[in-house]
Amino acid sequence: MENLLAARAQMAMSLAFHIIFASIGIAMPLLMVIAEGMWLKTKDETYLTLAKRWSKGTAIMFAVGAVSGTVLSFELGLLWPTFMAYAGPIIGMPFSLEGLAFFIEAIFLGIYLYGWNRVPKTAHWIAGMMVLLGGMMSGIFVVTANAWMNTPTGFTIENGKAVNIDPVAAMLNPSSFSQALHMTIAAFLSVGFAVAGIHAYFLRRDPQNEFHRKAFAIALSVGAIFALLQPISGDISAKRLAKHQPVKLAAMEGQWETERGAPLRIGGIPDEEDEVTRYAIEIPKALSFLTHFDFNAEIKGLKEFPPENRPPVAIVHYAFQIMVGCGIVMIIAGIIGGWLAWKHKGLPINSWYLRFVTLCTPLGFIAIEAGWTVTEVGRQPWVIYNIMRTADAVTPMPHLIVPFIGFTVLYIFLSIIVVILLRRQIFLHD
Amino acid sequence: MLSYEIWIAGVMLVSLIIYMLTGGADFGGGIWDLFATGRRAKDQRELITHALAPIWEANHVWLIVIVVLLFVAFPVAFAAIGTALHIPLTLMLIGIVLRGTAFVFRTYDDQSETTHLRWSRLFAIASIITPIMLGVTLGAVASGTIHANVETGIVETDFISSWFALFPFAIGFFTLTLCALLAAVYLTLETDNPELQEDFRVRALIAAVGVGIMAGISFLLSAEGAPSIRKGLGNSIWSLPFHLLTGAVALCAIWAIWKRHYSLARVLVPIQVTLVIFGWGLAQYPYIVAPNLTFSNTAASNSVLRPVLLIVVIGVIIVVPAFWYLYAVFKGKVGKSESIKAQDNTDTISN
Repeated sequence: MENLLAARAQMAMSLAFHIIFASIGIAMPLLMVIAEGMWLKTKDETYLTLAKRWSKGTAIMFAVGAVSGTVLSFELGLLWPTFMAYAGPIIGMPFSLEGLAFFIEAIFLGIYLYGWNRVPKTAHWIAGMMVLLGGMMSGIFVVTANAWMNTPTGFTIENGKAVNIDPVAAMLNPSSFSQALHMTIAAFLSVGFAVAGIHAYFLRRDPQNEFHRKAFAIALSVGAIFALLQPISGDISAKRLAKHQPVKLAAMEGQWETERGAPLRIGGIPDEEDEVTRYAIEIPKALSFLTHFDFNAEIKGLKEFPPENRPPVAIVHYAFQIMVGCGIVMIIAGIIGGWLAWKHKGLPINSWYLRFVTLCTPLGFIAIEAGWTVTEVGRQPWVIYNIMRTADAVTPMPHLIVPFIGFTVLYIFLSIIVVILLRRQIFLHD
Repeated sequence: MLSYEIWIAGVMLVSLIIYMLTGGADFGGGIWDLFATGRRAKDQRELITHALAPIWEANHVWLIVIVVLLFVAFPVAFAAIGTALHIPLTLMLIGIVLRGTAFVFRTYDDQSETTHLRWSRLFAIASIITPIMLGVTLGAVASGTIHANVETGIVETDFISSWFALFPFAIGFFTLTLCALLAAVYLTLETDNPELQEDFRVRALIAAVGVGIMAGISFLLSAEGAPSIRKGLGNSIWSLPFHLLTGAVALCAIWAIWKRHYSLARVLVPIQVTLVIFGWGLAQYPYIVAPNLTFSNTAASNSVLRPVLLIVVIGVIIVVPAFWYLYAVFKGKVGKSESIKAQDNTDTISN
């Protein structure tokens, strides 16, 4: 394997692994503080049991997230030293703030997980809120640094060096808001549906179980609310892409020609040799409308850009379709759930609906992985869009295949253990 | 008035000291998990587990702070270190991953003797590899063998010779003994059980002797292995009084452990470790990665450093009280292992 490819594979694998645990670390505290808050309000012990049970799963996930995040912060230098020598100071602000947020998250998580009988009830609940806040802010700051790679701002280039650095302008680059919003919602939506799916599985066997009913109600509400919010942030992202990264948008849509009134493509197979996307269902003029509020707006096609500056079109296109597809299924699940709840004036526990939600369990995480594939592969061949090529950023270290295989084996091992332990935690009590 | 980059370097040095005093002791806990022996082996392991569980993740963040400050403030040095020391850093990362996950998995996996012991072994071995590799990295940085381009951070290196040498490994084992000493001293105060206290008293004494030996070996090897550091440590005006002070504190610490003045030992040993790291920091100045990279020639511009320092100040205001609260909750007067244990049991029953 070529060195650059090995470095990219290791980075991609590390990110793909970390992002699952990071998302869970961001969103689980919300479910836990809701459950604990309900306990404080209603004095119903079931809620307390629920918060404690959830916190055990979270303890495992958070530890894996923390250590795999550490790996990533080092890998920036181990794999991409040239990139970091250039970009380190410019994206230093969000990373410094992320360090601070991570402190808050880790300190209060210790209090939350081990302090049930050691701090007053309200203080414990507030510790949970601090974990939630710290986790959310960590995620937002890290995504902000990634956003800068898509739309680098806050500096000028003189003789190939970045000068006049304005870290605040770099942090508030055009992609920061849309990317951070999209990712944060994605975390809550995915975790909401994943947890709801697990409890739906048990509810089908035991529909009157108070524990699972309460868990399902909280998790599904969170999942459904954020599922309904996500299209709004998706729309903001699409408009941002059309303006700032047209080549990525073109790859996502398999749009080869620059045209007015461009269609929205569902499915289809992009052919990078013949420069055409075949067999797609095309909704006329929809892409122009969605990105510009104008049915006849011009959309830049891939042919506008020299081939060496285009991302791998097929991967980006398929990943985008997968993300949107998973998202739509969860939105439908959220709408049906809301409608059933309104109709029955109670929990939507029709057997078929529970089965549907159970099937939704992995969808959010699949969507997150696919979405990051769109962001990262869609930025190629650049590590800093239009400024530094990924190939120019890689370390001269030879035999990168070795650490790649090493970390892959390590992470596969950890994944298997985590699945076994979660199964134990989930089935232990039933 | 010190320049911004020196302030940042100072913050990094203080972070490293705190990381050693807290996170380093957590690794030390892993070392003593491996060497848990005798009738009370199980009790020793339990004590270590309860001491670490609520705090190790927060302690670990200091390492992230150091890395982030390094790449924000001294990007070229970060690139050079990441390139030349790719291998020891990767091994350290694998250690970090295995230490943290094995520790948590052990708590949540089935509690049979064999499974528990298997995770314990992994946790312990990873707790040994990590500080050794951290020390090897710092030793290699100090050795003056990483010849980096000041502009780009590109290093002429074979990726091995700058760290696979006697001096970096001496520093690696020196770091390991410091972790072991810190942990043993802290653990004497984590229990009311006099037998367990005695166990860790003996371990603290062994570790203290180990620290002395490794300090001596490192100093001797530094003449060849890290000439510029040796010059700083040996010839400056401050060096003789500094060595005498460090040595005196170390001897007092051993005396305090010997006489079972554990509270005093818990003050003296961290001071000793602080002096060791601080002395290295002073000797390292003005080089961040000798012989080419100094703090000033690799520093980012002031427009970058100023906001970072502001964030540091805000961070101190927020993080210090939060840490104080964390330690007050788990290490305060009720912070003895018995009460945590009782509480864990009720948890299991109520669930």
